[in-house]
Amino acid sequence: MSLSKFKFDRKIVLSFWIILIALIIAAPTLLPVFRLNLLGRYLSLSIVALGVDLIWGYTGLLSLGQGIFFALGGYCAAMYLQITSSSEFPNNIPEFFALYGVEKLPFFWEPFRSPVFTFFAIWIIPALVAGLIGFLVFRNRIKGVYFSILTQASLLVFFNFFNGQQKLINGTNGLKTDVTKIFGQMVGSESMQRIFFWITAILVIAAWFFAKWVVKGRFGNILIGIRDDEPRVRFTGYNPVIFKTIIFSIAGGLAGISGALYTVQSGIVSPQFMTVPFSIEMVIWVAVGGRGTLMGAILGAVFINYAKSLVSEALPASWMFIQGGLFILVVTALPEGVLGWIQGDGPRNLLQKFGLKRKIETYPSLEVNNKDGNNE
Amino acid sequence: MELLLDSLFNGVAIGSVLLVAALGLAIVFGLMGVINLAHGELMMLGAYTTYVTQLIFKLPILKPYYNSYIIVSIFLAFIVSGVVGILLEKTIIRKLYGSPLETLLATWGVSLILQQFVRSVPLAYGTGLVISLLIGLFLPTTFPSKIKESINFKYFKFSSWIFAALTGVLTGSLISSSVSKLSRASARNVDVTAPSWMRGQVEIIGTAFPKTRLMIIVITLISVIAITLFLNQSAWGMRIRAVTQNRQMSDCLGISTEKVDIITFGIGSGLAGVAGVAVSLLGSVGPNVGGNYIVGCFMVVVLGGVGNLLGTVLASFGIGIMTDLIGAGRLLSIWPDMPLPLSNTINFFATTSMARVMIFALIVLFLQFKPTGLFPQKGRMVEN
Repeated sequence: MSLSKFKFDRKIVLSFWIILIALIIAAPTLLPVFRLNLLGRYLSLSIVALGVDLIWGYTGLLSLGQGIFFALGGYCAAMYLQITSSSEFPNNIPEFFALYGVEKLPFFWEPFRSPVFTFFAIWIIPALVAGLIGFLVFRNRIKGVYFSILTQASLLVFFNFFNGQQKLINGTNGLKTDVTKIFGQMVGSESMQRIFFWITAILVIAAWFFAKWVVKGRFGNILIGIRDDEPRVRFTGYNPVIFKTIIFSIAGGLAGISGALYTVQSGIVSPQFMTVPFSIEMVIWVAVGGRGTLMGAILGAVFINYAKSLVSEALPASWMFIQGGLFILVVTALPEGVLGWIQGDGPRNLLQKFGLKRKIETYPSLEVNNKDGNNE
Repeated sequence: MELLLDSLFNGVAIGSVLLVAALGLAIVFGLMGVINLAHGELMMLGAYTTYVTQLIFKLPILKPYYNSYIIVSIFLAFIVSGVVGILLEKTIIRKLYGSPLETLLATWGVSLILQQFVRSVPLAYGTGLVISLLIGLFLPTTFPSKIKESINFKYFKFSSWIFAALTGVLTGSLISSSVSKLSRASARNVDVTAPSWMRGQVEIIGTAFPKTRLMIIVITLISVIAITLFLNQSAWGMRIRAVTQNRQMSDCLGISTEKVDIITFGIGSGLAGVAGVAVSLLGSVGPNVGGNYIVGCFMVVVLGGVGNLLGTVLASFGIGIMTDLIGAGRLLSIWPDMPLPLSNTINFFATTSMARVMIFALIVLFLQFKPTGLFPQKGRMVEN
């Protein structure tokens, strides 16, 4: 029961991509700057949602700590921007260090002077941290809700740590990026934001293809096997720990990229990215979109965030009710998510409830006369 | 010696708040395998109940009994949180047994709704709603069995809900008209003031202890003893333990697992309410008060081992004492001339938030050696 039932024509697929690319190129002229910026942010959030879908939808690991990796990616990007544009400040280090009397760049920020290092750090550091946390947890066969609780606890560890360290990372205030410069342009400027939007859109598509590639083939089959019956996977001779660690660090890396893109578009990274509610929200995007469907994760992230900003503008108090209701509704009534529901038998079952008869499926008419015409 | 006693007392005080908060969670999670992320919000309801009770006891009729409001509010908080918990079980959690991750998400949704509810609904009408829930859920069970078994029982049920709704609206408007502080919704934090006999300090062996802290320890002690007695001595306690060990078999032997679930969840939620009273004595009460405790509570349950009260007790006191030792930098004063790198490390972690970092890290480290906590449940299933 999947979408593959309707095989799309190659021409349709091609024209879909052409329209999509045209929309992405034209978006900056179609949308006002404010909305474009929001769309860019939500698209970058859809990358972290893809990661959540990989670990939760495909492997069955509900992580409530994706905010750690998201924020790590953001901090890497923000620190690089701060360092490169700090030439006018004393000691050639970012301005905030002076507030706390720090005169020398802490040693672990030293490599971030290099753009190449930063480019790799943005996704490799979160992936390594995720791999380490994952390995320590999975090695002991801690799973299910225990895994979720432990990831949440790690999230709090990181949150408290980042919140408390003024001298190293500016604590609660976070790192601002919108007044920093890259390629001689202000990061917060309109033209730069347009470029970031395009980069984000391209990376979302790239991440989607990457995730599709990951869940395809034997690796993906093992992931689904772990989700559905882990002991059986183990008894067949596979070591689930390795696969779980790999997929968890892939999700961590995706979260890092997402966090970096989000940071440059929102203009700040702060420990607020590591609060408990934000990380749980990432799960609900995937749950509403449809877990186990990669496109569902992307659409869920973009649409829910857009709805959030629209509702919060109109009725600030009601968003919490709506969000809480969404959690309950999607879990009790729509466990497959919207896209999963559409791909399954959802719409037809719904039509049937309203009295529209469902077409009875029969075998395709057997070819009585085969090509040779022997039966005649 | 005095320092050690001081540290021990502080640790026990922190630990007892954790314990009373985690006790309900340990029962719900340990016995039913249900992750209730709304547990913190049930605590918040208990804390708000204390606040409402306090204001109602300031009314002229109840003024002479004002000093005993805190005792009354413990029972009321138990009932309020218990009723909300039972409603939660009946409407949502029941559908999700066997899928803990889904329960986790749904209860998170409930917690968001409860937080916003406290912000945007006046407390007076909130009280009225709880009263009507209480009547609606429990009035039908008090009917004589003759009515219960009749075909028309659903009409009786329906009319009792109407009666409940009317009573709720009446009490709500009554409270709102007599106590002006409760008639408007507000997102601001509120303060519970302890009655006069609980203010001040008591001196034990030359050290002064604040009375509110002692009161919390007493509340915790009573809750732990009561719940242990209930689980080990009463008939329903035995049924709960039976269902915990083997649900199918208990069902086959005629134990109503449905009722056991409701009772377990109700008691667990009620204990969250009691914890809320304790929390309200410590600081101001706001819609987010529960969120500060929930992760700590889960850590206690995971560390103590699921389904084991002794583990929960030891884990929470362990965490409490460690928090105090690390957070207040007491190790330095106990051992003043330790080597410099060590003392630098200790100073680095000597704040409340960094102590949390350290303790969570220690817990994760501990779970490397004992993945199922202090007192694991023994079993021979693959999954165990």
